[in-house]
Order: sequence, then structure tokens, then C-alpha cells
Amino acid sequence: MLLLGGRVANLIQQNSVFCKVIKSLAVVFAGTFLAVSVESSQISKEQIRGLDEQVQDIKSDVLEISTDLNQLEEKLLYPSGTQVAFFISLVADEDFQLDAVEIELNGKPVAHHIYSFKEQNALINGGVQRVYTGNARTGDHQIKVGFRGKTELGSEFNKVADYTLSKSVGPDFIEIRLVSSSIGSGDVEFIER
Amino acid sequence: MRTLVVSTLLLCAQCFAGDQQDDGALRDMFYGEALFYANQGEFFEAISRLDTELAQHHRVDEPVRDTLYYHVNDAEFSVGDFELSYRMHQKAGRAIKAVIEGDVDPQVRNEAIYRLAKIHFQKEQKLNALHAIERIDGEIPERLESEIEFLKGQIYMVNGKFVDAEGVFQALIGEDGQEAYAEYNLAMSQFAQNENAEAIQTMTRLGKLSSDDRAVLAIKDKANLTLGSRLMEAGEYQAAKVFLERVRLDGPYSNNALLGLGWASVTSDDYKQALVPWSLLRDRHVTDPAVQDALLGVPYAYGKLGLYGQAALGYGRALEATNAELDRLDASIASIKSGNFLKVLVREEIKQDPDWVIKLRELPETPETYYLMDLMASHDFQSSLQNYFDLEQLRVKLEQWLAFYDAYEDLIDIRKAYYEPLLPDLDERFRKLDSLIRLRMEQRDKIYQRLQAMLVVPRPEFLARSEEQLALRSLEAIEKSSRNSDSDTQRRIDRLRGILQWKLAVEYDERLTVTYKNLAALDKDIEKLNEIYNSFVRTRQAATQSYQGYDEQIAALRTKNQRSLDTVEKLMLRQGHMLEAMAVNELQERTQKLEVAQVKARFALAESYDRATMESSESVPENQKSTSSETSAEKDPSLSKVDPLKDRKSDIL
Repeated sequence: MLLLGGRVANLIQQNSVFCKVIKSLAVVFAGTFLAVSVESSQISKEQIRGLDEQVQDIKSDVLEISTDLNQLEEKLLYPSGTQVAFFISLVADEDFQLDAVEIELNGKPVAHHIYSFKEQNALINGGVQRVYTGNARTGDHQIKVGFRGKTELGSEFNKVADYTLSKSVGPDFIEIRLVSSSIGSGDVEFIER
Repeated sequence: MRTLVVSTLLLCAQCFAGDQQDDGALRDMFYGEALFYANQGEFFEAISRLDTELAQHHRVDEPVRDTLYYHVNDAEFSVGDFELSYRMHQKAGRAIKAVIEGDVDPQVRNEAIYRLAKIHFQKEQKLNALHAIERIDGEIPERLESEIEFLKGQIYMVNGKFVDAEGVFQALIGEDGQEAYAEYNLAMSQFAQNENAEAIQTMTRLGKLSSDDRAVLAIKDKANLTLGSRLMEAGEYQAAKVFLERVRLDGPYSNNALLGLGWASVTSDDYKQALVPWSLLRDRHVTDPAVQDALLGVPYAYGKLGLYGQAALGYGRALEATNAELDRLDASIASIKSGNFLKVLVREEIKQDPDWVIKLRELPETPETYYLMDLMASHDFQSSLQNYFDLEQLRVKLEQWLAFYDAYEDLIDIRKAYYEPLLPDLDERFRKLDSLIRLRMEQRDKIYQRLQAMLVVPRPEFLARSEEQLALRSLEAIEKSSRNSDSDTQRRIDRLRGILQWKLAVEYDERLTVTYKNLAALDKDIEKLNEIYNSFVRTRQAATQSYQGYDEQIAALRTKNQRSLDTVEKLMLRQGHMLEAMAVNELQERTQKLEVAQVKARFALAESYDRATMESSESVPENQKSTSSETSAEKDPSLSKVDPLKDRKSDIL
């Protein structure tokens, strides 16, 4: 141990020399780092900004394509004469938990959705979810909607409601609004928009 | 599209101040759908839906009858907002400037100016931000009052106008949701003006604030840490401890607070007390520089307490951790350079977790992302990373859409193959039916006109039944015949004609009523016929429209899509290289710092062993003791200079 102590003391005495060696090595290594990360050292604020502007431009281009595609899709798949769309909206406290919705059109299931936490919050904060878009002939159509979830008090919530849609010429947009109450007697409203 | 939006912004801003039915209820479902996506942070979808809806709204002949009419003002601003959130400052900025320059309601104009100032502020264009915010004049929307004032204060601060900033933040104290931020900025403004007593008072008040809000608690911690650090800078170590102790142990500022607490104790030579926070800190995640310092700090304190064995063990542990950390850094750098970093970042399932940045560090065999959370501290890295994510999202969308065009073309071909052979025969049959319908319609119109004329000039013979008409015609024929020209026959003819005319005259009103009723019934049938006719025309038209006129549109979209995909891929490459370079640069800097710490730890470890040996040698015979004391550190002035935390101390304070 004494020997070790002596060696350490010597080492420390030579500290300044050692440091010089380390420093010179560091210079050599720093040169290597510079060579390796030549790209990183040259990244300037201007480069970052320039690339950011190009990203903004391409976002704008892609959004235009998306808008054109939305319009094409609507024209091609859901012509205005036959279009039917169902939208879900929610009037509830944050404690209300909407788990799922199921929709039948003329006895056939057409939409089923299980809600994530984010989606539920988006609905509570005024968002409206388009849950189904399709086509229907003019005339009467039966809509059946089932909601499942948990009330503010923690009890199970199940609500089924029916509605007769008189499809006219032109698109029909139905808002299906779930108004929850803490005692679980929530109400479903159908509003033709 | 953009020109459309801008022009609409101008128009809407002009006409919406008083015209809308502003009962707050959502009328336009598609606007609601855009909000649904925006509320989830899916801004691409939100902008796309709202742009589509706005484009359709501006194409309708009577916008007043469109449901978006009631929200168009909000919708235009929402697009700007979503664009800002989607980091499209240029586009959002241009649209907002157009509103400001238009002849608009002061509230709308001021809101637009506020948003423009916010863009400049976010982009660190402090003078532009100042010029913008100072243009706000007159009435401002109530909901934005405190937000505008807060932004104004922030802009004053970055422009060095601390007196003005102080005034703004003073006025904001007491505002819900802004209080903690206002207090913090107020204190910083006071410090900047050397109003230290007032600043300490403000920070102290903020540091004692009670709240359940996580953001407020974080600000509170930050205030305590800032104040503690400033007091330590001023040499008031014991006073600083009070504030550092107020920082929560599980908050984002706890590591620096614990390190500072240790230092505050060290300055009063209370090494035992310093061990408490440092021991707690050294067990935390080793990527944090504060933890790395604590790893050296604990054995340093043991050394000062004369517990050299413990100190040696501590330095050994620090060396072990430093070596492991250096290995990890090397592995991270190598992995990033081989392209794994970018591959992991775009893994979709990772981002399903809100804490994905933290989770990435926990994943086994992913050295490339181990330091991601630390890299995220840099704004440039963060925005570049977000751009990379956005580009990846665009790439996925554009690739999916390319497949859509093929599907649409298939659909169109199927429709064409189905309808085209059917339509000529259908059209032929329709033409025949159409001419028949027209004929019947003409007949109905004639009957109607005749009945209308009969209301003015009664014509009973028009209402004669077929047998009566036949009888009248027979009487005429008999009358004209030469064989029946005697007076007796003529008298009989006249009598019979008289009977018929009498009957027609007597039953005229009744018959006219019945005829009108029959016409009304006929009209109902005609109405049904028209419905069927129109339905057929619509269906026929829809059949043609379902496959005609799409070729050019789809071809143009496909070309545009492919071009955009190429651009996105190029930009992704560039952005990816930039990110890799930034990450490697940062990690290499870290490596260099750790290497320095490693050297210090090695020397300190050796010193501790030396001292521990010396201590044990005190129990050995006198002659050996003197030999050991000659080699002791006390005799060597350079030894006392080995303070592993010497450099770091100034960093913390």
C-alpha cells in the first residue's frame, strides 16, 4: 500500500506533465472529432432555418393535395345526391367516460368506434367526430345508435336510441349528440344539419 | 387556395362583426370535425378538413345558407392557429398580415396582430415582435386580454425593456392561470433592474404558492432554484438552503437543487450534511450531469470527513459509472452514425405512448436513443426532430395516396364498364317515354286552359260524355240527310237535341266541379310522374358523372403527389443528417467532459487509497510511519489541489 501511495504521489507530482500530455492528446483527438463530425460543426442557424422553410413549403403543398383529394373522394364516393354522414358530439363533464358507439342503418351495422382518452377529451372540448359517411336513397331510413361508457358516478352507462331519417335529395348530415347526466339517464339527440 | 383563404379573411372580417348569429352553438359539423382533430394535436388532419370546408363554402352561390357561414370568422382564425401549431409560421403569418392590413373590426385586427407578434416571438424575432405588439390599439377580445398582456411583457423582457415588463407583470398578478408565470417574470425583470430586494420578495412569494397544477408547481420549483442559486452566487449559502430545500424531490429541477444543497453545506464545511442530498442524487439516472457530479461529490465529502476508505469506494463507484457512461456514449454515437437513430424515431408504436421520449431510454438494445431526452433540451434539436416527424408523416400519407389513385381508377373503370353498355338502350327507352310524357302534359295543359275559359264563357257541350257526343253527332248526321228533311223528322231531331242540351245545361255546374276534381287528381299523378322523371334524370346524370371527367384531375394529382413525395424524401434525408450531426456533436461534447471527470476520479481514487493507507499506517511502528508521512498528500501541495468538483462548482451556481 505504501508503494501504491508513493506511486500516486509521484503521479500527482507529475500531474502538470501528465496534463500537458493529455492536452496534446486532446488536441489530436479534437482534430479527429472535427473530421468525424464535420457536418455537425458546420450546422448554422441559417441552415436550420432554411431547411425549416423548405419543410413548411412542402407541408403547404401536401395540404393542398389533401384538400383536393378530400374533394375528389367526396365527389367520387359520396355524391351530394345520396350522401349521408353521421357525426358524434358529446355534452358531458370530464369525469364522464365514453367507451364506444355503435350505429346501425336500416338494421345493418355501419359504424363502430372505441374511444381513446384523447378522442374523448377532444369531444368534451367541442370537437365533433364524423363516424360514418355513406350513400342512401331518398326516402325513410332507420338509424339505431348505441352508446356505452361510465357515468360521472362510476356506474355503467348504456344508451340506445332510434331515429327515422327522411332522406331528401342532397346531402344529409346528422349530428348524434349524447348529453350525459351524472345519474346515468343520458339523452341522445338527433339533429339534422 | 391560399389566395382564397386570404381574400376570405378580409371579406369575413368585414362582414362578421354584427351579422352572425353568435349563440355559440356549433352549426357546421365539418368545422367541428376539424376541432376534433385539432384537440388531439392532429393538426395536419385539422387543417386539411378545414381547408376543404372553407373551399366549399367559398364556392357556394349563397354562403348565407351554408352552415359554415356562422363560424367562418372563427374558422379562418382556426386555420391560422392550426398552421402555427403545425409549425407553418410563414403561411400563418401571411394570412394574418392580410387581415391586419384590411379594413376590419378593431377586435379582429388586434387579435390578428397578437397572433403575428406571437409568431415573431416564437421565431426569436424580438424587434419585429415588439413592433407588432405595440400596434395593438383599441378594443381587444376579452378572452385574449391577459394573454396579450403576458406576451407583451415577455416581448418587453427579451428587448431589455424591463421597466415596462415589470409594469405589465405587476398588473397580471391575480389573473387566473397566469399568476405563477407573471410572478416569475416579474421577479426576473426586477433582478434585471438590480431591484434585488423586491425580486427576492416576489420569488419568495412565488416559491410558497400552493397549487395542484403541475405546471405551476414546476414554476414554483424553478423560482426556488433560481433564488437559491442567486443567493449562493452572492455567497449567502445558508440563506440559499432554505429555498433549495423547497424544491420538490420529484420535480424536474430536483437534481440541480440537491446538488446545490450539497454545495451549500460544503461551503460551511458541513460535509456530513452535504452527503445527505448527494447520496440521494448519485442514485439517480447517470445521464444527468448533476448526478455525475454527485458521484464525485459523495466520495469528496467522505474524504473531507477523513473516511478515506469510503471515499475510495465512492471514487471507484464513480469511475465505474463514468466508464459505463462513456461506453454507452460510444455505443450511442456509433449507433447514431450507422443510421439506427432515425429508424427508431419513426417507429409508429413508440409514439402511441405520451412518455415516448422517456420510454426510448428504457428500451433494451437501443443505444441510439438513450440520450434523446437530454438532446431534446436544445430548441434547435427539438424543432428539427419535430420536422423530421412531420416529414415522415407526410411521406406515409403521400405513399398511401399513391395507392388511392389506382383504386379510384379501378372504381371508375368498373363503373364505366357497367354503365356504358346499359345507357344507350336506357336512353332510347327514356326518349320514347319522354315524348309520351310531353304529349300527355300538353293534353293536360289544354284541358286546364279550356276549363279556365269555361269559367268566363260556359260551354256545356265541352262537358258532354262520349255517348252524349255520339248522340249529338248522330242527330247532326240525320239532319243533314236529304231523306229525313220532312218537318216531322226535324221536330223529332230538335226535341232530342233539346233533351240533350237541357241535360247538359242542368248538369253543367256539377260536371264542371267533377272535371276540376279530376284535374286536381291528375295533377297529383303528374307531380309523382315529375318526381320519377327528375329522379331518373338525376340518376342518369349521376351515372355519367360517376366515371366521366376524373381522368385529368387524377393524373394531375398523381403527378403532384409523386413530385411532393420525392421532395419529402430529399428533405427527410437532409433533416435526418442534420439531426444525426447534432446528436453526435452533443454526445461527443459529453464524452469529452466525462473523460475529464474520469481522469479526476482516477487521481482522486489514488489519493484516497493513499490517505487510507496512511491512516492505517498510523498504527504501524514509528520508523514506517515517518516514511509513509513523507509520501502523504499533505506534504505535497499539488495533492490538495485535486478537487474533483472544482470546475463544476461554478457551473452549478
